[in-house]
Amino acid sequence: MNNLLAKHKQYIWLACYLVATVLSLLLGFNPGKAVFSNFTQFFIEMVTFIPFLFIIVGLLDVWFPREKIEKHIGQDSGIKGIFLMIILAMLQAGPIYGAFPVAYILFKKGASIRNVFIYLGAFSSVKIPMLGMEIGYLGVGFTLARTLVALPLFVAIGYFMEWYLKDKNFRINSL
Amino acid sequence: MMINNAVIFIVVSIVLTFVSFLLDKKKTIAGLRKGLKMFKGIAVPFLNILILVSLALYLIPQTLIIKYLGVNSGIWGLTLAAVIGSIAAIPGFISYPIAATLIGQGATYTTVATFMTTLMMVGIVTFPLEAKYFGKKVAALRNGSNFIAAIIIGLFIGLLL
Repeated sequence: MNNLLAKHKQYIWLACYLVATVLSLLLGFNPGKAVFSNFTQFFIEMVTFIPFLFIIVGLLDVWFPREKIEKHIGQDSGIKGIFLMIILAMLQAGPIYGAFPVAYILFKKGASIRNVFIYLGAFSSVKIPMLGMEIGYLGVGFTLARTLVALPLFVAIGYFMEWYLKDKNFRINSL
Repeated sequence: MMINNAVIFIVVSIVLTFVSFLLDKKKTIAGLRKGLKMFKGIAVPFLNILILVSLALYLIPQTLIIKYLGVNSGIWGLTLAAVIGSIAAIPGFISYPIAATLIGQGATYTTVATFMTTLMMVGIVTFPLEAKYFGKKVAALRNGSNFIAAIIIGLFIGLLL
């Protein structure tokens, strides 16, 4: 029974939310309606983005053999690997949870631990679409300063994670 | 802005699929199958995260953020910015207008930079999903180190601007 519950926990949570939302809409419960309106917005963001992300990840998986990619972003890729990771992250868009499947495929294809975490750091803070918005709202000075301070820090975090996880059998699950 | 990005992304993935199909039909189908399998595995956890994110956005409304971060500065402002930024999961098209409002209200650059950076780099709400990919310990380590980095970024921005 407990086992069954654990297995379906994710569905129970989803079902509870659905029931709460239907009730809120029927009874006119405003907080419920507000949460639902947020949810709709995020849901649209997800369905216009995530399925296509997985198409690209799947194609990447079959087209690029590990040896070819590992040479560029693997353990011995040095500064060039770091540079490639940052460029790749800059070209992307979307929320951070979209970066996790990409991190999985990069690691599977031989990216070093360091480069995986540099990718995640760059993804969270120097995506070009986001920088565009940041310049618009907060100015070039702010954006430039933030980016220049952030870049060395997440390269450092990449080195730190690699140092810490090196002999710890680190892996990324595909789910 | 968001719609444009989505359109570009969708067009790119469709073109790539088409080109891949012309080059190798079998490989393409295998790739699409793999993508679909990964998507199926993550669809429900993704939906659950969206529910959490929607709840967090409701529970920490813009007015509250502006009220607290607009007037507090120094160590207290920095701490508050880092904590709120870590808990809230606000997408860019909402968070940048908030940041601009905060600057307009006299918040320091340190506060705003720390808030924006923790928003981007630290995610308490998305933690369960991140832990599924990397394991709890690694996800905690990534969030922890990014939290520290965000505070350093905030302090540096304060010095620079």
